Amino acid sequence: MSDVQIMTGNQAAAYGVKLCKVQVISAYPITPSTPVTETISQWVERGELKAEYVRVESEHSVMTVCVAASTVGARTFTSTSSHGLLYMCEQLHWAAGSRLPIVLACVNRGVGAPWSIFNDQQDSISQRDTGWIQIYCRDNQEILDSLIQAYRIAEQVYCPVMVCYDGFVLSHTMMPVEIPDADRVGEFLPPYKPHTILCPEDPRNINPVIFPWQRRDAEGVLRDGYMDMRWKLQHALEGSRDVIVEVCREYAELFGRDHGGMLWTYKTDDAEVLLAGMGSIATEATTAADLLREGGIRAGVVGIRVYRPFPRAEVREAFHKTPAIVVFEKDISYGYEGALSADIKAALYGIGIQTPVHNYIAGLGGRDVKANELAEAVRSSLAAIAGGTREQQTWLNCVTE
Amino acid sequence: MEPKDDNISAMCKPAVGEAGKTGDWRDATPVIDHAKCIASVKNRPACYLCWLYCPDGIVTAGIPVKIDLDYCKGCGICAEECPAKAITMVINEEVKK
Repeated sequence: MSDVQIMTGNQAAAYGVKLCKVQVISAYPITPSTPVTETISQWVERGELKAEYVRVESEHSVMTVCVAASTVGARTFTSTSSHGLLYMCEQLHWAAGSRLPIVLACVNRGVGAPWSIFNDQQDSISQRDTGWIQIYCRDNQEILDSLIQAYRIAEQVYCPVMVCYDGFVLSHTMMPVEIPDADRVGEFLPPYKPHTILCPEDPRNINPVIFPWQRRDAEGVLRDGYMDMRWKLQHALEGSRDVIVEVCREYAELFGRDHGGMLWTYKTDDAEVLLAGMGSIATEATTAADLLREGGIRAGVVGIRVYRPFPRAEVREAFHKTPAIVVFEKDISYGYEGALSADIKAALYGIGIQTPVHNYIAGLGGRDVKANELAEAVRSSLAAIAGGTREQQTWLNCVTE
Repeated sequence: MEPKDDNISAMCKPAVGEAGKTGDWRDATPVIDHAKCIASVKNRPACYLCWLYCPDGIVTAGIPVKIDLDYCKGCGICAEECPAKAITMVINEEVKK
């Protein structure tokens, strides 16, 4: 039976965690992610969720708790934002290197200095190369559904998953969300089996010093060196694409909602220009595409749902026919361009096409981005492209002189 | 073909020599003067502070006390802690002479 409730993105995330019967939660409060674990801690306190809620003094300790709990076989969750995520940085690498299926909800927020509590995606983008899978959600339903999928993916490929969604724009905005039946979620998500069973009768050192070269252990087994282990992580991330797509498809069959696997498209078939983005700005871009179509410009949208592993093949398939690409994103790789724009261009290099790509940096630190402003940006880009400007970086709604 | 390491994260079983013969890291070697060592002098289990303090667990608390030079990294803590001043750290070149 369907149970639709009006809720915020943070509540949707909390319901996802509850449905997954997460066993250990550790968190340190930070705006705008706080209500996620606040809600969960209430459920734990009331006995509605049988889990350990571990209070610690910092986000670094949060992730060490998650690493330890996940190592001994507990399904583990945390949520954070911005500086909290960055404070975890070292342990994010540790979680991925240990191949632990921890799931983290990153409620995207700008990074200081100067202080901002408002939304952009600089926090999670700056943790792109930690070895975590990153999923970007476009609405509250997708947050709940992606969290459930995240555990299936993580526990199958033994990589941690970051479920990212925009602070305030989604985290504190109410929308109707269908809460799936708990028993059916249980069928979809089997219990977590750790890749290594720890027991006192068979003790082992986890993550000891590992040398550059392969080395025979005391029992004579040839063990991997550091670089071989790194390759296994890269191979797991690359291989997780098929799992992500399959899990998404299976979820759609069971629960009737298909979020697109690696990416989703909107009115792309006949498009003369494609708008691209991640998270809520991509949702906004669909409204912009409709506005553009009203004005006679056949616009479509490609929403990148999974940023790591990057959907190389899907991006090539989605963009190979379009004459113009406009990327909107809430992050900047300082000294170069938006991270998504750079990655899309890199993917297209492989098939030798020369499509113009215009990059708009937008909405940093919560600056408003309206659909009509995105549409106007696309119009001006199309005019520039017609005039021969193949590459362009523009800071939308920003004083740049 | 040799079986591939099937661990996806780094681990090892605790065992002597798991990290290789780390004694070759050593610059200075502990040399015990058994005429001063309390256990040897009293000819019974005694003192063993060297055994207690050794961070690598390579001192055998016997009579006489033995240090496993295959794994001793030459930190000198045993010499520092010995109340009888029975252990001297000798730099490697002098040991060879």
